[in-house]
Amino acid sequence: MTLNGWIQIALFCAVVVALARPLGGYMTRVFAGKHTLLSPALGPIERGLYRAAGIDARQEQHWLAYGLSMLTFHVLGFLALYALLRIQAALPLNPDGQTAVAPDLAFNTAASFVTNTNWQSYGGETTLSYLTQMLGLTHQNFLSAATGIALAVGLVRGFSRASSRTIGSFWVDLTRTTLYVLLPLCIVYTLFLVSQGIPQTLGAAVEATTLEGAKQTLAVGPVASQVAIKMLGTNGGGFFNANAAHPFENPTALANFVQMVSIFALGAAMTNVFGRMVGDERQGWAILAAMAVLFLAGTAIVYGAESAGSPVLNGLGLTGGNMEGKEVRFGILASALFATITTAASCGAVNAMHDSFTALGGMVPLINMQLGEIIVGGVGAGLYGILVFVIVTIFVAGLMVGRTPEYLGKKIEGREVKMAMLAILCLPLMMLGFTALATVVAAGLAGPANAGPHGFSEILYAFTSAAANNGSAFGGLTANTAFYNTTLGLGMLFGRFFVIVPALAIAGSLAAKKTVPASAGTFPTDSGLFVGLLVGVILIVGGLTFFPALALGPIVEHLAGGLGQTFPSGG
Amino acid sequence: MLNQLRPALVLLIALGVITGLAYPLAMTGLAGALFPAQAAGSLIERDGRIVGSHLIGQAFTTERYFQGRPSATSAADPADAGKTVPSPYNAANSSGSNLGPTSAALAERVRADLAARRAENPGRSVPVDLVTASGSGLDPDLSPDAALFQVPRVARARRLPEDRVRDLVQARVQGRLVGILGEPRVNVLALNLALDDLRPE
Repeated sequence: MTLNGWIQIALFCAVVVALARPLGGYMTRVFAGKHTLLSPALGPIERGLYRAAGIDARQEQHWLAYGLSMLTFHVLGFLALYALLRIQAALPLNPDGQTAVAPDLAFNTAASFVTNTNWQSYGGETTLSYLTQMLGLTHQNFLSAATGIALAVGLVRGFSRASSRTIGSFWVDLTRTTLYVLLPLCIVYTLFLVSQGIPQTLGAAVEATTLEGAKQTLAVGPVASQVAIKMLGTNGGGFFNANAAHPFENPTALANFVQMVSIFALGAAMTNVFGRMVGDERQGWAILAAMAVLFLAGTAIVYGAESAGSPVLNGLGLTGGNMEGKEVRFGILASALFATITTAASCGAVNAMHDSFTALGGMVPLINMQLGEIIVGGVGAGLYGILVFVIVTIFVAGLMVGRTPEYLGKKIEGREVKMAMLAILCLPLMMLGFTALATVVAAGLAGPANAGPHGFSEILYAFTSAAANNGSAFGGLTANTAFYNTTLGLGMLFGRFFVIVPALAIAGSLAAKKTVPASAGTFPTDSGLFVGLLVGVILIVGGLTFFPALALGPIVEHLAGGLGQTFPSGG
Repeated sequence: MLNQLRPALVLLIALGVITGLAYPLAMTGLAGALFPAQAAGSLIERDGRIVGSHLIGQAFTTERYFQGRPSATSAADPADAGKTVPSPYNAANSSGSNLGPTSAALAERVRADLAARRAENPGRSVPVDLVTASGSGLDPDLSPDAALFQVPRVARARRLPEDRVRDLVQARVQGRLVGILGEPRVNVLALNLALDDLRPE
């Protein structure tokens, strides 16, 4: 660890926090349907869309209708993407002649992008046509991000309204988020990325003759426009197999810094949106503070572990930390920081190979995802994820003093707590259940590239990443098989919708409640005590569930590596 | 359900046209006009031929050139399409090694690479990036230490004074952005091009 490293971390945090308020202010206006700077340009398009779709923008929806709209939209999106993947060979914009994607891989990829997971069983440059990258993946990157934000806004309306039957209109939230928030940011962002060296072309792969006379095929494409939304929308699916480690997806230190900021920017701003919508910005800052505590702790562990390096390689005489799977232009710090950010949010883009991280350095990304990606989290998804934990925290606090818990003037009762626990329990069921299955069937055991505890970690990481809708991987796992494509695809779908539906149910039931005025006995939820309690509940409820599985993977690997033990592959 | 279908279908198609076609195509046009070199992939031409991209490393195997980091990329086996063979710096299939910290294969590879590097330049400690595979397999850079480590070998192979080669490396070290962001590095392809341009004294 170096002073420069900590300066980079501090700078990153400062920029994210500084952006939260202005972005949050703008987004709050957008969600409220108010006039913004971009309204003169985008208003006509927005109204045109509503007219064509037969949507009355003033017509709000009950939470069930809101959820049904969301699900219908996803079913259609899923089918469209699946079809596109299957017939890409017959469609234009395919200069490198990519063939049809196999059915299991198409299912996996469609599930992956519709759920904002962006797990890569595919290798972009070897599998997908430019049309698929644009109309399939870039399109879904926008929609799944906008959906996450829309749902979070729906839940926040549950807190901010009193005695209301409705929580907003899914169609309006989706459209406005896409047009007013994501698209304008992406246009500016794309041009910045191209200026840094990310290709944006429809030309085919370039044939080069190297200085030593060998042939080198340089895969290019419309990369920058996809990278912009992949980061801002916390999608994370790479244009290339190596994702943001690929120099064409992340060419410079500046591009890397901006990409890291853009993963957190909208998610952090959503906490401010929350504060503004419930009429007290301090409530948003309290949530962001809890996130920051967990984030800094995780960053310090990964940075420390990667700086110390692998005991096995150090034993051979290497010094300078763990550089296997990392790029020189980023070094240890920017790789460790990126790994923490991408798994704290539900991004899943990687600028270094997590599979080659040290045991403890690779465990933090696992834990970040297992906690449900509530450390800033996915755009929207992070906010509704942490609000679920807030409800449990308030409930626990209420139990301690023997008082009916309340949050922001809403009484938290049995129904909300049950729904919150349902959302929280879904993730370990998917992550641990599928991992258990994969470790006992032959098709599952065929996957890992590494032997011993690290092989187990590869499987655990895959199902954790899928159910948490992250998308990063311990990439050694051969996941492009019928077994993994199917089980991971199911994990993603369950992990997304079995959290969303309970969250919407909470929104509906809260919106219908009356607001009770705060009294002397009300637990202040903008205090340090609340932040500490929230962090504690997240670590205990979220973390303890996974301790046994972590003990079998990274923890035992850490101990074995410390003794210099290695594991031969295939043994 | 049925009354949800029309808005779902119309928005899916309309937003698909906006975000999946209009946006990337407009960006392609705009990027090509504003930053034509970068948009095309930062390609380097020499004598009318494309010799590579400034951003993508390439495999240097001879003594005469500075060599980049180990690369774990692979390509389809020409003999059996179902299998892959190692193909370092394959820019059509980026990948890292994905070997974990307790992998025997990784320890073996690093041990062999270390021995080779120590034989090349005895008495100096081997910089870590010279024996570890990059994440993309296409890392265009070396740390300044890793480039300087190779100076004696390159100078020997080219019959140049070491000082001259060392000066060339040092002139091509890129520092951190504004002294803070990223890590100091040397672009290997640019360095080797400059090396080829060096006139014998």
